[in-house]
Amino acid sequence: MTEAASPLVEVSDLTVHFAGRGNVLGRLLGKGPVVHAVNGISFAIGRQEVLGLVGESGSGKTTTGRVLARLVPPTGGKVRLDGEDWLGLSGPALRRRRRNVQMIFQNPFASLDPKWTVERIVAEPLKTHERMGAPELRRRVASLLEGVGLDPRLMTRYPHQFSGGQRQRIGLARAMALNPQLLIADEPVSALDVSIQAQILNLLAELKASHRLSMLFISHDLAVVRHVSDRVAVMYLGTLVEIAETKTLYRSPRHPYTQALLSAIPDPTRRKSRKAIALKGEIPSPLNPPSGCVFHPRCPLAQARCAQETPKLRPLADGQWAACHLA
Amino acid sequence: MSATSPASVESLDPPVAAGRRFVSELVRNPKGLTGFVLIFGVVFIAIFAPMLAGHDPTRQVLEARFLPPVFAEDGTWGHILGGDNLGRDILARVLYGSRTSILVALLVVFNAMVVGSILGAIAGYFGGLLDAVIMRIADFQLSFPFILVAILMLAIVGPGFWTMVFALSVALWVRFARLVRGETLKIRELEYIQAAKSIGVGHVAIIFSHVIPNVLPTIIVIATFDVAEVVIAEAAISFLGLGTQPPTPSWGMMISEGRNYLFENYWMALGPGIAIMTTSIAINLFGDFLRDTYDPRQERL
Repeated sequence: MTEAASPLVEVSDLTVHFAGRGNVLGRLLGKGPVVHAVNGISFAIGRQEVLGLVGESGSGKTTTGRVLARLVPPTGGKVRLDGEDWLGLSGPALRRRRRNVQMIFQNPFASLDPKWTVERIVAEPLKTHERMGAPELRRRVASLLEGVGLDPRLMTRYPHQFSGGQRQRIGLARAMALNPQLLIADEPVSALDVSIQAQILNLLAELKASHRLSMLFISHDLAVVRHVSDRVAVMYLGTLVEIAETKTLYRSPRHPYTQALLSAIPDPTRRKSRKAIALKGEIPSPLNPPSGCVFHPRCPLAQARCAQETPKLRPLADGQWAACHLA
Repeated sequence: MSATSPASVESLDPPVAAGRRFVSELVRNPKGLTGFVLIFGVVFIAIFAPMLAGHDPTRQVLEARFLPPVFAEDGTWGHILGGDNLGRDILARVLYGSRTSILVALLVVFNAMVVGSILGAIAGYFGGLLDAVIMRIADFQLSFPFILVAILMLAIVGPGFWTMVFALSVALWVRFARLVRGETLKIRELEYIQAAKSIGVGHVAIIFSHVIPNVLPTIIVIATFDVAEVVIAEAAISFLGLGTQPPTPSWGMMISEGRNYLFENYWMALGPGIAIMTTSIAINLFGDFLRDTYDPRQERL
């Protein structure tokens, strides 16, 4: 484990509910439908650790990342960043501290303002947080671009003149400009070609090492997550179902959902494929999550108890935690 | 593959490229070109009216009363479009009248554009109560016809050139507000806005540096159409006697004055009528071109 004495990020019992699309009266009275995007999850990210967060769409992994980036207000729970109450900050105090947590986004075509030059884009965080003259600013931008493998001479160009991979590098340069402690990478390579994915992943690894970064790496791609993460957390319908070191999790998943998920990965080294565990049905609506264990309607091992009692995330061996009565 | 090679061979600076694109698109579009040339003509006339008119637009000459235009019987080249009921040269009045029309249209559209865009962006960006308040005011106002709102405002503040500008601006801001709000709702979810927020950029800076610049092409297209509408509205209001006051020439007022003599001396209304029609068609043609070129999604509102 790379975790030092105190983790950089401690999330406890984080809950995010969104008001659904009810009628106006219902919303005014606070009785409209509620989307349970994230339902009381707890985890920690160690210093210089990469925590992978996997789950299908609608599992709440992106929302979790956005709460950590303070883009989405949480409904409940606590997040401590470097020992400080991160969710308690607001106004100018929050804005000043935002430099410690930066984010890169899934869609490299939407994450850069099309009307801005690359220079202006990468300079935005520097201008926001630091006072410096134009020549100094330009030097910093140039070195940041070099740091992500882009020719600084291209800084006068506009985003549309770059490919997806190059744009992701620009986004990364912008995120690295303030030397953040935590980088939240929300599906950073999902929109890229496989060959480009590897380049960006390697770049992330380099930056992580050289800048002593911690990272929350959100992805639905199990292979990518395995490649970059020190530990992996699995989310299902707003709940954290399992968290373990990458090796442990991939070798011996304990939660039935994780088992099903991992069994779906094709293994080219085996002649006869393992039998994939086929899950019944669809992921239920977060408007009305199932009682007890949220996974029980689809779980191949479900028992009567699972529909009533919500399983707590509990420690098993080797720092592996799972939220299942049967694990 | 080298990450440092640019994806596109295009190396022109965008302002230059945008200018060239405008010209090359314009010459390939006969409608747009016609509109552009006519607008240019009207603006030219407005600026150089004193040199082109040949007559003082307010000077009354007794012999020129109801003088027919040159193409009618008894017409003279001295007064090409004839004379009005007070013996003023109609051509001179039409030429000078372009100044009123253009000035009012530009002032009104500019005011409405600035105020409407900012309010719309605020409503769309912040949402919630602010959005509800701004947009309900806009909806309320939109439930009345544009010209009625303008006349209502004029009835409150009294007739006159500047009050007309004010009234028309008030009547027009809602369109920009609605449009910009809609676009802002779309843009605010985009990741570059999220990125700016996560960097710690303030809301005002985000609105002015990210939101507005990205809505601007749409705003400009709408503004063009509104210029044409304001030209007509100015004429209508002046026709009703609530706008430009005599003796300042205005196309709408000229038509109003000619109305009483329409059967015997139709030409009093002919000159300003053609001027209004030409100007609004020209602006609409050019607006169509702008929309097709820069904002293909936007259907006529």
